Amino acid sequence: MAHWLAMGGYAIYVWPAYAVFVIVLAWDWFAPALRRRRLTRELRGRLAREHTRNTRAPHAEVST
Amino acid sequence: MSRSYLPHWVHWLGSPPNFYRFAGALRPWLMAVALVSAVIGLYGGLLLAPPDYQQGDAYRIIFIHVPSAWMSLFIYATMAVAGLVALVWRVKLAEVIAMECAPTGAAFTFITLVTGSLWGKPMWGTWWTWDARLTSELVLLFLYFGVIGLYNAFEDRRRGARAASLLALVGIVNLPIVHYSVQWWNTLHQGTTVNFLDPARSSIAPSMLWPLLVMALATHLYFFASLLGRTRTGLLSLESGKQWVRALVGGQPAQTTGAPT
Repeated sequence: MAHWLAMGGYAIYVWPAYAVFVIVLAWDWFAPALRRRRLTRELRGRLAREHTRNTRAPHAEVST
Repeated sequence: MSRSYLPHWVHWLGSPPNFYRFAGALRPWLMAVALVSAVIGLYGGLLLAPPDYQQGDAYRIIFIHVPSAWMSLFIYATMAVAGLVALVWRVKLAEVIAMECAPTGAAFTFITLVTGSLWGKPMWGTWWTWDARLTSELVLLFLYFGVIGLYNAFEDRRRGARAASLLALVGIVNLPIVHYSVQWWNTLHQGTTVNFLDPARSSIAPSMLWPLLVMALATHLYFFASLLGRTRTGLLSLESGKQWVRALVGGQPAQTTGAPT
């Protein structure tokens, strides 16, 4: 195991390369998920506001 | 309709709500197969394949460097084709696909440059050199950044997507430059290792070749899974006023009044 991790003396080049590969692709995978969550929350809020506006009686409308 | 020669399923899939559902169903399977093949490929590359007779174990960077480099070109080509469809037929879905290709393409290009640098230091004695292959790959990264930047510079997202698609199409000239740079110029970068047209001329042992090809498969599948996810989010954002998005997000159509949400 230790022999394998040493990568014949090239461990300081091989493992950082693999780390960059994994970290950058993890970013690529999870960044859109965060963007999606933010977007969904925003859309829900907008829908809820429209809903209250539509259900309120017309004369109760406050000038905005 | 001038487009009636297209098969029915193309029209069906071109509609954002249909594509959204289709992509959502396909994506987990693509990612699962991508992960399984990555595990197999890395096992073959890091454990089974023997050390290189010249480079020792340093060559093992090849199993991520070369697939990433292939992806940097493949994703650019995909983006340009989608961009062409977006420009010529003004298909909304193609605009979204073209724009959502760019971040993943930039990610793979960045990985290619960094892993190449980490490989170059022990083998060539330098992190970086301005040779044709390295420079053209760096230009590719800047092209991706240019596409992303131009897209975001427009208030009107659809106009931004078309402008950025045009840039993507112009940038296509860089692809053959990257690919042939090791033949056209005398470079420090080594020549082509895998020859798909003439496998007998590939200068790589089978025990090293198969993990490389499995990793190439894994990165392609990963890209498609990632693109489907990004495109879904992009469609939600672009179509946020549409009924299908409201129904999807809110669970209730907006015009119904009095119903609990």
